[in-house]
Amino acid sequence: MRLTCPICGERDRREFYYKGDAVAEHRPDPDAGEAAWDDYVHLRDNPAGVTRDLWYHEMGCNAWVVVTRNTLTHEVIETRLATGGGA
Amino acid sequence: MRIAGKGLIDRTDAVQFSFDGRMFQGYRGDTLASALLANGQHLVGRSFKYHRPRGILTSGSEEPNALVTVGRGGRQSPNVRATVQEIHDGLEARSQNRWPSLNFDVMAVNDLASPFLGAGFYYKTFMYPRAFWEKLYEPVIRRAAGLGALSGANNTDRYDRAFAFCDLLVIGAGPTGLMAALTAARAGADVILADEDFRMGGRLLAETDQIDGQPAHDWARDILEELAEMDNVRLMPRTNVFGAYDQGTYGALERLEHHTATRRAGAPVECYWRIVARQAVLAAGSIERPIAFRNNDRPGIMTAGAVRSYLNRWGVAPGKRVAVFSNNDDGLRTARDLVAAGVHVSALIDSRHDAPDLPAELRGLRYVKGAKVCDSGGRLRVDRVTYRSVSGEDSVQADCLAMAGGWNPTVHLTCHMNGRPVWNEDIQSFVPAQGAVPGLHPAGACNGVFSTLACLRDGQRAAIDALGAIGITATAGDLPRAEDAPYRITPLWAVPGKGRAWLDFQNDVTVKDVKQAATENFRSVEHMKRYTTQGMATDQGKNSNVAALAVLADVTGRGIPETGTTTFRPPFSPVSIAALGGPGQGKGFAPQRFTTSHKASVEASAPMIEAGLWYRPSYFPAPGETTWRQSCDREVGMVRNTVGVCDVSTLGKIDIQGKDAGAFLDFVYTNTFSTLKVGRVRYGLMLREDGFVMDDGTTARLGETHYVMTTTTAAAGEVMRHLEFARQALLPDMDVTLMSVTEQWAQFAIAGPKSRALLDDLLDDPLAEGDWPFMACGPVTVSGVQGRLFRISFSGEHAYELAVPARYGDSLFRALVDQAKALGGGAYGMEALNVLRIEKGFITHAEIHGRITADDLGMGGMVSQKKDCIGKTMSERPGLSGPSREQLVGLRPVGEVKQLTAGAHLFEPEAEATRENDQGYVTSVCYSPTLGTMLGMGFLKNGIARIGEKVRMVDHLRDVEAICEVTHPVVFDPEGGRVRG
Repeated sequence: MRLTCPICGERDRREFYYKGDAVAEHRPDPDAGEAAWDDYVHLRDNPAGVTRDLWYHEMGCNAWVVVTRNTLTHEVIETRLATGGGA
Repeated sequence: MRIAGKGLIDRTDAVQFSFDGRMFQGYRGDTLASALLANGQHLVGRSFKYHRPRGILTSGSEEPNALVTVGRGGRQSPNVRATVQEIHDGLEARSQNRWPSLNFDVMAVNDLASPFLGAGFYYKTFMYPRAFWEKLYEPVIRRAAGLGALSGANNTDRYDRAFAFCDLLVIGAGPTGLMAALTAARAGADVILADEDFRMGGRLLAETDQIDGQPAHDWARDILEELAEMDNVRLMPRTNVFGAYDQGTYGALERLEHHTATRRAGAPVECYWRIVARQAVLAAGSIERPIAFRNNDRPGIMTAGAVRSYLNRWGVAPGKRVAVFSNNDDGLRTARDLVAAGVHVSALIDSRHDAPDLPAELRGLRYVKGAKVCDSGGRLRVDRVTYRSVSGEDSVQADCLAMAGGWNPTVHLTCHMNGRPVWNEDIQSFVPAQGAVPGLHPAGACNGVFSTLACLRDGQRAAIDALGAIGITATAGDLPRAEDAPYRITPLWAVPGKGRAWLDFQNDVTVKDVKQAATENFRSVEHMKRYTTQGMATDQGKNSNVAALAVLADVTGRGIPETGTTTFRPPFSPVSIAALGGPGQGKGFAPQRFTTSHKASVEASAPMIEAGLWYRPSYFPAPGETTWRQSCDREVGMVRNTVGVCDVSTLGKIDIQGKDAGAFLDFVYTNTFSTLKVGRVRYGLMLREDGFVMDDGTTARLGETHYVMTTTTAAAGEVMRHLEFARQALLPDMDVTLMSVTEQWAQFAIAGPKSRALLDDLLDDPLAEGDWPFMACGPVTVSGVQGRLFRISFSGEHAYELAVPARYGDSLFRALVDQAKALGGGAYGMEALNVLRIEKGFITHAEIHGRITADDLGMGGMVSQKKDCIGKTMSERPGLSGPSREQLVGLRPVGEVKQLTAGAHLFEPEAEATRENDQGYVTSVCYSPTLGTMLGMGFLKNGIARIGEKVRMVDHLRDVEAICEVTHPVVFDPEGGRVRG
C-alpha cells in the first residue's frame, strides 16, 4: 500500500502510523454536551466504501495526514494535511 | 539420455552432484530435473497420501511431483522443486516421504488400501473417541502423509529485504515479456524485467521455432544483450514475482545463492523485494495441463511441453520410446521435435477425430486419431500405454508419455485483488478479467494469446498501453517474423473408465474424489476443494485446478463458467518465511538502543535489561556481592546517605518552542505551564481524550518561548505523536514547533545528600547559594561544555539531573561516577531506582496502565478548572472519580508473611479470595532497605479512606498470602524535607 504524504510524496505505508477515523480532527467544544463527546471519542462508522482516516508520517516528516480511501477497492482517493479545518 | 549437439547447456562445464547419496554428472545450465532425466532417473519421489512412485511431470515452477530436500543441517531446504533447482558442484539432494528407500517404500501399502482412503475418509473415520484425534490420529496421519521436513537446526543464512521502483515492471521474459520490455526500454522508460527462471527467454528456449530467420533462443539472447546494455533497464532473473498488492506494489523473491557451490561471503541467500511499479505488464505465460486417465501418474508420464523443454533446451531425451497423447496440435509439434532429434516415437494418439494429417517428415509414424489413452503399465516407471478407439483397445510400448492437454493462462496475479478470471470458450480456459489489478496489463499467453507472433504483438501493445497511462509515448516498431499457427483444441479433461485417474498429483486427488464430493453434495467449487484438498498443496493446483473444475462441472451438470473458480491468492509459488522475515531475526528483530553510558556500564559488569528498545543497567555489582539484592540495597543506601549517579537519558525529551508554547502545554497537560517562570520546572500530567491518564513527566521552561518536556521512557513515541496531533490537527493556528531531542542529550541523575557537593566539584562554576531551589533549572558548563541542570528528583532526595550533548555523555558519566565514589557513593541501576521511587510513592507505567484517572492517583486537583485540556471533559464523567473507584495506596506486610508480589489481588481480611470479593490489586513491590520491610503500591477500592486498615493480599498464581496495612502511597519522608533541603 502506498500513501502520498503531502510534504514528502508517495511512500510505503510502513512509514506511517495509523490512528483511526479522521473525525478525531473535529474536537467538540468543552460544553458541546455528552452526546457530542460520546460521538467524538467512541462512535465510529464502518463503511464499505469511502472512508477517511488519519495517518502519521512517523518515519518521515511527522505530518498528520487525512487519507480518503475506498475500503472495497483499496483506491486512495485523496491525501491532505490534517489541519482541523478540512471538510 | 543426452542427445549430442542439442540444448543450451555448457558441455565444457561438467557438474557433480548427488541424489539420494548417489553421484551424478550434469552440466552447467542444467536443473536438477534435467540432469536426473539425462541420467535416466525418472523416479524422484513418493506421493503425499498413497506413496505412489512419482517422476518429473513438468519443467517449471508448477511442478507437483519432483519435490526434494536440498542441503543439510540449518541449511536444509525441504520441498525444493527439482525443476527449479540449478545444479552445482556438491549439490546434495534427497527424495522425500519414503521409508526405507525411494525404490521400496513401506507406506506404499496405503495404495492398496486406496478404496478406503478417498476424499473425506479421515473426516468420516477418525471421529471417535474425540480425544484421540489430537493425541493419536492426527500425529499418525501426519507421519504417514507428508512432504519434506526442516532439520530443526538454526538456519544461519542471511536473508534480505529491499525496495525497487520503476516505470514499468515486466513479469516474465518469454516472447511477450521481452517484446514489452524492449518496446518500453527503447521509449526511455525505467524498466525492470523479472523472470523466475535463471535463464530468460521462456518458451523460446524450449521450442524449435525461428524468429526473423534465426533460432528463437538466439533472437532472445540478442534482445537480452540489447536490454542489458541499457542504463534504464534492470534484468532480474531467478526472481519470482509472487504477488500483486495495492498501489502498484509487487512482492518478488530473488534467489541469489541457491545455485552456487561457494556462496559469496555475507551475501543474502534470498532477497524479498517490494517492487513499486507505476505500471506493469504481466507476461507470465501459461501452464500446460495433464489429461486425467487411469494410472496417469507413473514416472515417465510428463506434459508434452516439458518433454520438448528437456529435449530442446537441455538436450535430454526423456525416453527411448516416447508416446504422445494430445487433444490439440501440440501433439504433432512434440512428435516432430522428437523425430527430428532422432528419438523413437512409438505412437501419436490424438483424441480428435478431425486431427490434422501427418506432415511429410513424420510419415511412417503410428498415428491414431480419435483415440484416448486409458491406462498405463509399469512399476517404478511407465513401460506401456493402452489406448482406446472406436476399434477397441490397443497397447504400445513406451518408457515416456507426453501429454498435451492444452494450456491454462497464468492468470494468478490478476486475481490477487479480488479479480475473477473469465472463461474463454476458444481456448477452453480462463483469461484475466479486464482491469482486475489497476495498472497491470496482461499480455501474451497469460492473456490467452498463444502463437509466437501474437505474443510478440501483444507484448508490444501492452507496453504501449501501460506507458501511455503514465504519459510516456512508445512506438510500435516492426514485429519480427515468427510462427503464427492457430491454437486448435477439443477439450478432453478426463478419459472415462475404471480406476484412479489423477488430477492433483501433489495432494493425490483423483477424478473419483471430485465425483464423490459432488455426490455428497459438496457441489460448490470451494466446498469440493476443501473436501478433496484439490489444489491445496504447495503447488496450489497450478496444473490441475481447471481440470478438476471441469470434472465438477460435468458431474453437476453445469457449465464451467457457472461452476466458477476458486480464489488465487499470493504467493504465486512458495516463499520461505525466512525471506519474508529478512534481517528481522535474532537481534535484527528489534533494533537495540544504547545509551552513552552503555560501554561504561558493561565495563562495570552491570547486567543490562531491556526497557523498550533501550538497554539499561540493572545494578552495578561491587566486589563480594553475589546477589542482585545485595547490590540494590547498597545502591539505595548510597542515594539515601551519600550520592548516586544514574543514566536517565532514555526518558523522552521533546523540545517545544514558539510564541504559543505555554498555551500549547496548557492544552496537553492537565495543569498550567504558561504561568511557569523561566528557570523553573513543573511536574505535569497528561490525559488521553477519553479522560484516562496517558503519561506524566516534568517540563522545564528554559526561556520565554522555549520549554523542554520529558516523557516516560515507554511512552516517548506515543507522546510525540499525540503532541504533533494536537499541534497540527487541533491547534493549527498556534505558533509552536516540536522536536524530539531524546538522542541528542545525555542526561544523568545525581541524587543524594552529597549531590550538591559533587556538582560543586564537577561544574566549572560552583552552584550559587540560594539560586538552585527545588525545581529550578538553568544553563551550566562542565569542562567548558554547555549543559543544562535541573533540580528535580525521582528518589525523594536532594537531587539534580545534568544534561550535556550526547557526544559528551560517555566521559561525563565516567567523571560523575568517579566523583560519586570519592564521596562514598557510585552508580546505581534500575533496581535501586525502582526501590527509591516506591519508597516515595512515585508512579510509573506499572501504575498508569491506561485504566487509571487522575483522581485515582490522588491527582484530581491537578486537572485545572480554569482552562480546557485534552481529556478534561471526559474525565468529568460520573464514575471516573471518587470512592467507588480503586485508588492508589501504599501497602506494607504486617502479618506473619512478609512477602508482597506484584499482580496479586486484595481482599477484606476475612473474605473469600474470589473474583466477586476483589477489592483491588498490587502494581509494584520492592524490599525497602531504608525501612527494613517490603513495600507495595496498588489500587484499592475507596483506598484513601481505608488508610490504616488491613487487607489480605492473595497471589493465586504464586500461592502467596499476606496481611497488609494500607498506607499513604508516600511512606518515606512524607513531608518532603529531604528533597528541598
